[in-house]
Amino acid sequence: MRELLDLTLAEARDRLHGRELSAAELTEAYVGAMEAARPLNAFITETADKAAEMAAAADKRLAAGEGAAMTGIPIAVKDLFCTVGIQTTAGSHILEGFVPTYGSTVTNNLFGDGAVMLGKANLDEFAMGSSTEHSYFGPGINPWRAEGSDADLVPGGSSGGSAAAVAAHAALGAIGTDTGGSIRQPASLCGIVGLKPTYGRCSRWGVVAFASSLDHPGPFGRTVRDAAILLGSMAGYDPKDSTSVDRPVHDYEAALTGSVKGMRIGVPKEYRTEGMPAEIEALWQQGIAWLKDAGAEVVDVSLPHTKHALAAYYIVAPAEASSNLARYDGVRYGLRVAGEDGGLTEMYEATRAAGFGDEVKRRVLIGTYVLSAGYYDAYYLKAQKVRTLIARDFENAFETVDALLTPTAPNDAFPLGDKLDDPLAMYFNDVFTVPADLAGVPAISVPAGLSGKGLPLGLQVVGKPFDEETVFKIADVIEQAADFTARPKEWWA
Amino acid sequence: MSVDTATVSKIARLARLKVDDDKLDHLAGELSAILDWVEALSEVDTDGAPPMTSAVETRLHLRADAVSDGDKAEDVLKNAPDVQYGFYAVPKVIE
Repeated sequence: MRELLDLTLAEARDRLHGRELSAAELTEAYVGAMEAARPLNAFITETADKAAEMAAAADKRLAAGEGAAMTGIPIAVKDLFCTVGIQTTAGSHILEGFVPTYGSTVTNNLFGDGAVMLGKANLDEFAMGSSTEHSYFGPGINPWRAEGSDADLVPGGSSGGSAAAVAAHAALGAIGTDTGGSIRQPASLCGIVGLKPTYGRCSRWGVVAFASSLDHPGPFGRTVRDAAILLGSMAGYDPKDSTSVDRPVHDYEAALTGSVKGMRIGVPKEYRTEGMPAEIEALWQQGIAWLKDAGAEVVDVSLPHTKHALAAYYIVAPAEASSNLARYDGVRYGLRVAGEDGGLTEMYEATRAAGFGDEVKRRVLIGTYVLSAGYYDAYYLKAQKVRTLIARDFENAFETVDALLTPTAPNDAFPLGDKLDDPLAMYFNDVFTVPADLAGVPAISVPAGLSGKGLPLGLQVVGKPFDEETVFKIADVIEQAADFTARPKEWWA
Repeated sequence: MSVDTATVSKIARLARLKVDDDKLDHLAGELSAILDWVEALSEVDTDGAPPMTSAVETRLHLRADAVSDGDKAEDVLKNAPDVQYGFYAVPKVIE
């Protein structure tokens, strides 16, 4: 059993297709690991029975020689993706008990390829947060602990449950969403690979909406190859999402040639922020050295509007969230709380007050304020103009380089409660990830080393729109050079 | 402070969010801190920059103007807190 949990997704796929391993065995091992990892609170809903059924169907398919790459692979699904007949909460009290009658396009694609769902992974409520502490169902816990300490650390967020499950070997892969860094930052804090593809590459249909122009579904894997295999199944044009892009889905695994010879990699000087910890700077320099050793040319580039990205994000994202979350009114689904006087408006107000957590309320209020009469031009329109300048920065840089290399996050995993009372401190965790969301360009986090406390740190590779292949290719070379074999101690088992 | 408690009350009303009076002060402080921080954007020279409408260049697909889905009343109502006679039911609005 133990040995099965150490296979990569690619290795498991090969054994499944070679009939040396059955989907039922693999799923049984992962269901056991998922149950043993309950102290991590990585799952809101476990679906062991459903997983067994799906594994049996996968085995039939494999026996008939009709398996796809994902057939029989047990994965965790962020509880933001609608799944038929399985509660989908978005980490919120307001959606507790909501059982969709339809599935998201991304999960339909994966299940159509035969992937096995282990359960619905924990997240910050409506994907708003960087620590998975803003979940109505309790905080997610990072499988990693600082050396010599048994204090609980956050897994990052918002897709913290997905990242923790993969890092703890309690899922072979996972899917999440990235609006300001919600895939890459938890991947960095949990020591795994996480990719945010180009905006529109993966359909948003059936994904509970946070900020529609910024929401990107994407994969988590323990290796770059595993993430590439997942993306190949998730991606594709979807007529049901008007922002989905109709471009061919590439064979991302074939992009992993192991060579970056002759490529030009940009290092954006504006990411060298004041007060950047020395160990983050050192890791970045190490990444530059690895790519140079592999034959790439590393050059300095400038993205002059970077320092305004976070502020622009905290106007655009709450504005879109306040609009998207208007649908939770106690009428069509989810919670309903009666108002004191029994009226309709009071019912709306009481339902939303009881159903939303503090961070969601803050963002709904900020969003309502920046969109309100008299403030729209000064805030929202201004932020969308700044966003154009940020996207232009990337376009200009990509005229001379193939990709960019930066750190993923400004710190390693932090203790629970550390940033909970200071929303701005929490927001700064996304300082390096937000620009790629605003510009819609693909970006990956790959584990590259350990901090002084023995906690994982990731490097980020950012690519041109629709060029996930180059992003994977460079990440693969970093992964090989870093040879990141450290693992969290299984204190939970 | 860019927003006072009266403004918080007003936007909470617009957002259909009941906020208890004793929480208004704290919220006004938190929201002001965030708004003061995003205020830095006013320094950015955005002359000649159109507001972004789409992160990546895409052309919308056309489709036939025909019904492609439907007959799912039961599915649509399945998660509603209160359903009567095949409709969503809400508290009485008109006396």
